[in-house]
Amino acid sequence: MSDAESPTNPTLTPDAQTDDFEAVDVFAESTDMDLRPGADNCYKCTACDVSCPVAEVDDEFPGPKFQGPEQWRLKRKDDAAVDDSIMSCSNCMRCDDACPSGVPLSQMHNTARGEYVDEEMDKLSREYVRNRILANYGTLAQLGSMFPRLTNAVMGNSLVQQINEKVLGITAERDFPEFATQTFREWWNERGGPQVRSEEKRVAYFHGCYSNYNTPEVGKAMVRVFESFGYEVVVPKQRCSGTPMFANGMLDDAKRAAGINVENFAGLIPEGYDIIASCTSCSMSLRQEYPELFDIDGIEDLSAHTYEALEYLRIHEDLESEIREASVSDQSFAYHAPCHGRNQGLDRQAVELFRELDGVNIEDVGDSCSGISGTYGWKEEKYDKSMQIGADMFDHMEHAEGNVGMTECPTCSMQMEHGTGYDIKHPLQLLEEALV
Amino acid sequence: MAITDDVLVVGGGIAACTAALSAAETGARVRLLAHKKSTLRQASGLVDVLGYIGDDGPFSDPFGALDSLPEDHPYHVVGEDGIRDGLRIFDEAVGDAYQGGHTDTNALVTTYGGTVKPTARYPASVAPGLTSSAEDTLLVGFEGLTDFDAPVAADHLTAAGVPFDVQGVTVRLPKSFRSDAKVTRFAKALDRDEEVSGGTVRSVLADTVAAEMDGETRVGFPAMLGDDHDEAVRDELADRLGVPVFEVPTGPPSLLGLKLEDMLFDALDDAGVRISSGNPAVDFEANDGRIETVLVDQKSRLTPYEADQIVLATGGLVGKGLDSDREHVSEPVFGCHVPHPEDRYEWSDPEAFGNHAFARFGVVPDDELRPTDEDGEPHFENLRAAGGVVGGADVAREKSASGVSLATGAVAGRLAGEEATQ
Repeated sequence: MSDAESPTNPTLTPDAQTDDFEAVDVFAESTDMDLRPGADNCYKCTACDVSCPVAEVDDEFPGPKFQGPEQWRLKRKDDAAVDDSIMSCSNCMRCDDACPSGVPLSQMHNTARGEYVDEEMDKLSREYVRNRILANYGTLAQLGSMFPRLTNAVMGNSLVQQINEKVLGITAERDFPEFATQTFREWWNERGGPQVRSEEKRVAYFHGCYSNYNTPEVGKAMVRVFESFGYEVVVPKQRCSGTPMFANGMLDDAKRAAGINVENFAGLIPEGYDIIASCTSCSMSLRQEYPELFDIDGIEDLSAHTYEALEYLRIHEDLESEIREASVSDQSFAYHAPCHGRNQGLDRQAVELFRELDGVNIEDVGDSCSGISGTYGWKEEKYDKSMQIGADMFDHMEHAEGNVGMTECPTCSMQMEHGTGYDIKHPLQLLEEALV
Repeated sequence: MAITDDVLVVGGGIAACTAALSAAETGARVRLLAHKKSTLRQASGLVDVLGYIGDDGPFSDPFGALDSLPEDHPYHVVGEDGIRDGLRIFDEAVGDAYQGGHTDTNALVTTYGGTVKPTARYPASVAPGLTSSAEDTLLVGFEGLTDFDAPVAADHLTAAGVPFDVQGVTVRLPKSFRSDAKVTRFAKALDRDEEVSGGTVRSVLADTVAAEMDGETRVGFPAMLGDDHDEAVRDELADRLGVPVFEVPTGPPSLLGLKLEDMLFDALDDAGVRISSGNPAVDFEANDGRIETVLVDQKSRLTPYEADQIVLATGGLVGKGLDSDREHVSEPVFGCHVPHPEDRYEWSDPEAFGNHAFARFGVVPDDELRPTDEDGEPHFENLRAAGGVVGGADVAREKSASGVSLATGAVAGRLAGEEATQ
């Protein structure tokens, strides 16, 4: 409140000060995104640090407050480079939600990480090559799923896993997710595309990489559920949402993919389509990271029309009444809310909804991070920390009545399965069972 | 379609939680709509009702002083019954984790700065340190934890005239962390009783503190004695030291505040209250003097929430339930009237801890806690307000922030629930 003090200079009256007030642009020469308001809003309460799952297990990691506002300020000096600890941030984005002062922490982390990778990282280093491969999972998966059985056999071979770890730094502790023998898009084309046509109820499905190559049953469930509510579903061509690219500082890759996605989806909006994602990291990326990081024609429009699947139905249909009237065979679930779903305010919707479903027992396994955070837990040097972060969740899953897990996030589901051996379902699959 | 409930409580702090619990008691279907993580994690975890009015105080009986409050104080709207109902809801929500419910008399709690705060309810871990009990005290601070200077706090307490001897000492933690480690890291090390040279964190800490003791009959630490296993940590330290151990509430990030937040949210779950969090309420649709829909900014898009009754519990200037620019003070969600002097220089007092007008800014409630317009008429028949967004109380100086939240939350929640279920 210093500006509310009485002025000491008698010639400067309060009114004059009000009228003449003009914000000073201290860094006028900069052409980068102006993150100064973010840095200035930080009053160092450390709420973000307390919410950070990596800082909790990694004593060397200085935490989001340093990675965001403090590093941004330090960087105003020409000779200051981005600290390499930025690569230990898993991009869970929990700090965004924790900040009481509106500091765009994840945006600051993403830009700092991009700058670090561009300017500091050796492009021939094992870390860079490994991160590039992990960040471009979609491309890898496209190749792998051409010969799914062969790929699964090769990637499941323990010798190959050892080589991956020794040569690339991809942990041998995890089993590679199996590729489906028929991708979602192959299924979609085989069934001849949309089975329902509508002028009023139209959605465009952003399936992302994982439900296309690895869990097409999630994509199929999405289509069947939405069609049962009378929606016309279309499935435009698409690239990776960019989530793993942001997390690895590969912003150029992410921007290319974003350009294609915006072009293919934003044009449908004037025709009445909303965009639906089944993966909460995909919807997070389209909604928040796209407009925060890229300036592409139509990107704001895409952001404003993107929904997670369940979220959309809760708003646009009387989903609760439908669920109350339905029933399924007895089953129990241990539900984990992914961090990116949490940050969109979706962390309680699955439990809230399925509690009303006859035959279902569902329990939330707590608000901790699963620990895998996309590519983070696949890195050999991060594997142990990833499992430490996940320990609370594993423990709560073991104590939950159900022995089937549930989550919206593909990599959380890998971690849940890896830590407990449970089968993991997506909420859309249960919705399909109940309503279709 | 919109997401539909009987009562929608907008906010995530102690007033919002109390309003939601109170509304749920009437049988209404209640949803809490919270934006960011609750400001409770910035708070001490102490629950006060009334300690001072202007220069009078500290009061031993907060209820006895109610009549002396200015007439526009929210306590006059809800009355002593409202305050007692708020405390009842709180006591039922937190159970044995808090003490103080056995009496109307304020307890005097040692704070981080070595002052004494009149408090109605306090965490069980704080209880052995009350300054009303004349036990000689050793305060222990840690190197690297610059927020708590135990020798200075001890001197402050002595200067305040507490009826016992108090010493302060700064010790090295048995385990070394990075220089700006978080309190939660200390707490986890004690929770897990991590191995260190010479034993474990708990045992080596106890040995270090024992060597500093000089006949004191209790020992106080900053409130970071464990998180999930706090009781075990305190018990073991007390056992090893041979005297009771207590916690001194801290500033942010406050473990006691975080634990209180967890307890209140657990109570909401138990009461069947639905919770949507992570996004702010930004707008509304009204018809014929009634709010029909509250609109939530869900990452650049508006999601509608419908309810019969609404409780506004978004906090004051700190919690961002009130907004201000250089000309105006406003209530940003429903645009309720917030009276304030036209001249911005009358908003504050030149003294930092002076009698600031801004401290009492807020919406003006009618006798049902409905925010009123400039003519004293309710803005909307189904909108009530609770907590820091309600004007008329200088909660920082009165030491009444929690009490105002509990009391207005309890009354606003009950009235909303009764209306909705009629």
